This record gives sequence, C-alpha cells and structure tokens, in this order.
Amino acid sequence: MPIFRLNPPFLAGANRVTLQMLQVLIALIPAVIAMTYYFGPAVLVNVILAVVAALIAETVMLKLRDRPLKPFLSDGSAAVTAVLLALAIPPLSPWWMTVIGVTFAIIFVKHLYGGLGYNPFNPAMVGYVLLLISFPLEMTTWLPVQSLSEQPIGWLSSLQLIFTGQFNGLGIDAYSGATPLDAMKTQIVLDRHPEFISSQPLFGMAGGLGWEWINIWFALGGIWLIYRKVISWHVPVAMILALLIISSVTTLIDPTISGSPLFHLVSGGTMLGAFFIATDPVSGSTTLKGRIVFGAGVGILTYVIRIWGGYPDGVAFAVILMNMLVPLIDYYTQPRVYGGGATR
Amino acid sequence: MSAPLSRFPGGLKLPGHKKRSTQQPIRKTPLSKHLVLPLQQHIGAAAVPIVEVGEKVLKGQRIARAEGHVSVCLHAPTSGVVSAIGEHAIPHPSGLSAPCITIETDGEERWIERQQIADFRQHSAHELRQIIRDAGIVGLGGAGFPSFIKLNPGVHHTVETLLINGAECEPYISCDDMLMRERADGILDGVEIMLFALRASRCILAIEDNKPEAISAMRYALSGRPHLSQTEIVIVPTRYPTGGEKQLIQVVTGKQVPSNKLPIDIGIVCHNPGTAYAVGRAILHGEPLISRVVTVTGTDVTHAGNFETLFGTPIKDLLAFCETRRQPDEPFIQGGPMMGYSLAGDDLPITKTANCILVGVEDVAPPAQPLPCIRCGDCADVCPASLLPQQLYWYSRAKDFDKTRDYNLFDCIECGCCDYVCPSKIPLVSYFRFAKTEIMNQEREHQKADLARERHESRLARLQREQQEKEERQRQRKAALAASKAAKAKEEATTSSESTDSVTEEKA
Repeated sequence: MPIFRLNPPFLAGANRVTLQMLQVLIALIPAVIAMTYYFGPAVLVNVILAVVAALIAETVMLKLRDRPLKPFLSDGSAAVTAVLLALAIPPLSPWWMTVIGVTFAIIFVKHLYGGLGYNPFNPAMVGYVLLLISFPLEMTTWLPVQSLSEQPIGWLSSLQLIFTGQFNGLGIDAYSGATPLDAMKTQIVLDRHPEFISSQPLFGMAGGLGWEWINIWFALGGIWLIYRKVISWHVPVAMILALLIISSVTTLIDPTISGSPLFHLVSGGTMLGAFFIATDPVSGSTTLKGRIVFGAGVGILTYVIRIWGGYPDGVAFAVILMNMLVPLIDYYTQPRVYGGGATR
Repeated sequence: MSAPLSRFPGGLKLPGHKKRSTQQPIRKTPLSKHLVLPLQQHIGAAAVPIVEVGEKVLKGQRIARAEGHVSVCLHAPTSGVVSAIGEHAIPHPSGLSAPCITIETDGEERWIERQQIADFRQHSAHELRQIIRDAGIVGLGGAGFPSFIKLNPGVHHTVETLLINGAECEPYISCDDMLMRERADGILDGVEIMLFALRASRCILAIEDNKPEAISAMRYALSGRPHLSQTEIVIVPTRYPTGGEKQLIQVVTGKQVPSNKLPIDIGIVCHNPGTAYAVGRAILHGEPLISRVVTVTGTDVTHAGNFETLFGTPIKDLLAFCETRRQPDEPFIQGGPMMGYSLAGDDLPITKTANCILVGVEDVAPPAQPLPCIRCGDCADVCPASLLPQQLYWYSRAKDFDKTRDYNLFDCIECGCCDYVCPSKIPLVSYFRFAKTEIMNQEREHQKADLARERHESRLARLQREQQEKEERQRQRKAALAASKAAKAKEEATTSSESTDSVTEEKA
C-alpha cells in the first residue's frame, strides 16, 4: 500500500474510536438482556428511544457547528451516551423525560463544550442528574422485578405507559415502587435492622432481587472490555475496592448503618458505574495513578451519598464531582519520565 | 556474567515483515553511471571538496576533507571523473538541494593504495580515531553522527560497556540482520578496535530474538575469538522501540540514561553493527566508507532484499534494479515505517544514513483526518519514555509551549508508538516535532534578542561613559581654563594695579 502521510509514523494500528464505542455497546448487551428479563420490554423501548433522540440531537448539533456528519455520527459516542443514560433511568420513564435527558446530555454537556473529547463532565451522568433533580418522583421509582409484579408489563403496556403515561386506566406510579437501595435507605430511617430489611421479597441473595444479577452482568461485560483493552482495570478495581473498604469499615463500626458491603457492590448503579461510567476516558483521569485516585474517589463518594446524602444512589453525583477534580489529579499524578525528566 | 534483562515502559509488538527482505544473501547493486555525493551525509559541518571538476579520481580517494571537529571526510566510491560540484537534490524530507560532488564512473573500479594495519594495538587510540575519521565513518544506524567522537572516552569519562545495537526493531529493515548473518567476523574485528579505542572493559551485542540466524552467526564468530571473553551476545525480546539507544540500555543494563545526559555519562557507548564493520574495514583493510548495505523492501517491491550499494547511487537505479510497482512521483520511505521520512522524487542519492528504502507498507496510516482526542490514554500506555502524549498534544495544539516543557516534551524520542495506537488517528509526533521546533526557534530568537539587548545596553553604557568622560574632560578643561584665567586675571590684576599705580602715580 503506498503511503498517505508525509510524516512518520507511516503505520497505524487497528484501533479506532468507533471500534471502541462499538465494543462498549456489545459489552452492555448481557446486562440489557438481564434488565429486560427482570423489568420487561420497557427497558428496550427506553434504549431505542434514547438512541434515536441522541442521534437526532447529534446531527442537529453537528450541522449547527458546521462539522462533518459522517465521521462524528459514526464514532458511536452519542449512542453510548444514550444507552448508558437509558439504562440508568427507570424503565417506565415517560418518553419526554428520556428525550429531555438525552438531548440535554448531547447538546449542553457535550456539544456546547466542544463536542467529542472536549466535555469535562460525563454527558450521560449530567443528563441523569438533570432528570433526577427536576423529576425526583419519576426518577426514584422503578418497576419491580417481573416475578414480584402482579401483572407483568409486556410490550403493549410498556409502550402505552411510556408514551401515554397510562395503561388500563392506571398511571406509571401504580406499576412502580421503590428500588432496593431506596427501600433500604427509607427503612433504616425507621430504625429497622438491615438484616430484617434484606429479608423482604424485594431483596435477593446479596442485593436487590434481580439487581444483583444485573450488576453481575454489567461486571462481566466490563471485564470483557478490560480483556479487549478498551478500558483499563484501574478505575473499576479502585472504585469497587474503595466502596468495599469504606462500607466494611462503617459496617464494622455500626452494623445498622446500611446494608452489607456486598449489598452495596451489587445494588443500584455500582457495576454500571464502575465499568461503564467512571471509565469514560474523556471526562476521567488519564494517568494510571490518576485513574486509581479517580476510581477510589467515585467509590467513596458513591457510598457517602448513599448513606448520608439525600438520594438513594450516588454514582452519578460521585462521577460528576470527581470529573471536576480531573485536571488536578492529572497534574499531580504524572508518571516518572524515562531518565527522570528535565529539572527546570 | 549476564544480568537478567530489564524492560522499558510501553512499547509495541509490531508485525516485523522482515522475511520479505531476508530470503536472499546480500547482493551488489550494479554500478551507476553517475554517483552523487552530498558533502554533508553526517551530523556536523559539511565536508569541503578537495577535487576539481574534470579531475580523475580513484576508488577510495578522498574527495572532501572534514571541516572542524564534528565532521568527517568523503571518498570517491569508485574510479571515474569528477563531473560536477554543485547543488543537487538530496534525500531530505524538506526536498531541498545541497552541495554535492558528482562522479562520472568509468567502470574500472581502480582502487587507491590502501594502508592496511595488521596489528592495530601497535597504534594509539588517538591514531586509530584519526584513521576512522579520515575514513569518513559515521553511525550507520540512521543518525550519522561521526563515529570517531563516540570512540573517544575523553578525560572526564570512563567507558565500562560498549553496546552494539543489533536490535533493529523497526519493521521491514533487515540490513543489520543480514550483515550479522554474513559478516559476523568483520563486525567482531570492529568491536575489538572499538573496545581498544574506548578502553572499555566489556562489550554487549544485543540482538532481538526474531533474528535467530544472526544470533547463531555472531555466536559462532565469537566462539572463534576466545580472547574476547568480555564480549557477550544478549538476546532481547522483540519489541518496538528496543533499538532506541536509551531503551536498549535499560533492557540490557537496567539503568536509565538521565534526561539531558548521554549514555557515556553512565559509562556506556552504543554503536551499530554496520559501524563496527566499517571500522574493521577501515583499520584492517584500509578501506574508507564508500558503500553500505541498504534494505530495499515493501509491499510494492518485486525483488526485495539487501544490497551492498555505493554511496551516491541514485535511488531510482536501485529501485529499477529491484523492480517496483511504484507510480512515478509516488512518495516512498527512507528508513523505517515508524521513524523514517518520506521522499517524493527518486533522483536522489543513497547516502551513509540510508539503511532502508521502503516502497509500500501494510497497515498504512490513513490520510490525516483525525477525530478529536478522547483522552483514552492508550498513547501514555505505549510511550517508552513514560510521557503523557495526550497532554503534550493538548498543549502543543494550544501552543502553550511552557506547559509542554512541564510535561517533558524534550524526553520524547519520536518513536511513533502513540500515533500507532491512537484511536482518533491523531498525528501526535508531528505535533511534538512542531512544538520542539517552535521552542527551539523561540530560544534562538530569545538568544538573538538577548544578544541585541546586551549590545544595545553596552552601547548605551559606552555612550554614557563617553559622555561622562567628555563632560569630565570639559569640566577639567573649564577648570583648567578657569584656573589659568584666574591666574591670568590675578597676574593682570597685579600688572594693571601696577599700571594703574603708575597711572595714578602719573596722574598724581
């Protein structure tokens, strides 16, 4: 093959942004299947809706910013943002909520900061937080696991609930309830013992019923990403270890403070956050040591917000708070250069 | 004796593509009608012609002398007539011309008288270095630094280890591999002389493990020289850029060359096997450096291989000899695919630093249409200098050159690993080269400005001093004048008083 570039190197590896994003999407498939199994087809409806909204917002913004459509639409980053946000919000969110969250993430969090590669904050998480603080009620109620539900939600009911807000004369709130994390938090306030709470039908072996498996599938997908070298192990390992350590310490000091350390590992957005959110390269730390600091910070903040904060889960806030610290972390965690670097 | 191998951070496993050019032994390139010899084929000052147009020259005859310390001589690669001395296109990425001596060959290959030295130990290291300099020997690995300088430990350094860099880590290139396979004994001749000149206690010959034939050939040659007991062959893992001087030093010794220092500062001197071979030929056979082994290879070359090629041979003749599918004016690479440079025209001569001519590569880098950096950090993972290329890119792009220095821009060896793995296909090395050039230009400007300011200030000081001196002189003159005036006045006063006296007297 004749060379194209006039400057070295003239070779290039097979690595591509599109390829990386595509592998992230593939790694999400097992967890999406698991979520669909536990919460019904509403999950898929949400994902599709979010991706369509994201691609439209991306196209409009690229046009407005006078950027070429093909390379940026095909990079896959908008789809990844959309899928992550769709998996983070309740399956039965009304369609307009999903659309607002996704378009806000793409337009305000990504493109107004300069588009791909320039956003200091994780778009999916800022979109999520926007929805959380704007629509707290809708955002903190989830569908129960299908096996606990009196009437499983099928395709028809999912579509009707998402797009009209009603099915069989009942609203979304009639079908949904608290998440295990939420239940744990509100019942602890009522002075119930975590072990008692965990014995309720909403809970499974270690975490919430269904939720624990969803978390495991997220983790397995993430491990595959590490194996494929799309992400490095530093952020997830640091985040999981930090969460494990801080929850173990607090539980040792006060066993009634919250669920077990294991409960926190496989509940809520822990694994989604550890392998798919906190590993976002654009808004995360880039040095190896920095990634460990970043991951550990997310893990600790997640737990702190879950236990002492006002929201049942804290991954999104933890990630955004750590995003703010990234320039600082990166500056102070530079690796030692070969030869020690120039002394200036 | 051998210590366990260390490893350098980062690096890449690249497909080697070496077999393409190692199927045939080294062949001779046919003699071209004209040989074009740039006066500068080395780092340092260009050589100065000592022949005239129309002069007959013999093979090996000196045609240009070294100018200044960092410079070497140039020789006629064959017998013939000097047909021109003047500007000619040279193999440089800039595409510029430079002064060259052109020789019209006569095909007789008549050698000049050669001074052979049977026992080099009878000579001083200084004399040997002089011969090596006069033989025009430069580093044949690609940089072209005059070798005699790197064979001089000087008074401030002790060289413990001579490291022969036979890693040849860049894909496609195989000239050192073939040289080691076929001329292992000649390389060891040079090694002995180098050890003697450097007063080094040991020699390490490092070869990547993808060259088993070269390793066994060198081993066999070494077994025939029991007196070289302090020389060992170290097999290093094949990983790009192991052949980088600093990286290889880390692999075989575990030591790092401190930033802004040279290997000699930690007692190590590196040479290329081709250079060692040339040193052996120059001392033992009296042959100056007039040819080298050039790898001609690539996906578009029909008869790839290694060719003993006289300097000055037009690349187009070499390519025609090997047959290529290259289109006219299609760029090709001189050097390796990672660190070489592209050349457009082919009416360019083979020079001392031309280790490889590469026409067409697999996994070719796409035309530059990069996506934005997504800060994935893959570049930092592969950087052998442990830099943060994504930060350097960010600041180079923003022309924040102070920050690029904070991030140790000048420790970048431009190996291209970061470019290779970048998922956005950003030409990172080009950005770093740009930043380095800008900084060096700025520094030159600074120095110029400093000099101008100093000159201006000293001029002002001089003017002021002169002014003061002038004033001082004037003042002194005035004072003297005033004094003399006063004296005069006094004198006058006395005389006039006398006269008035007399007048009054008269009046009276």
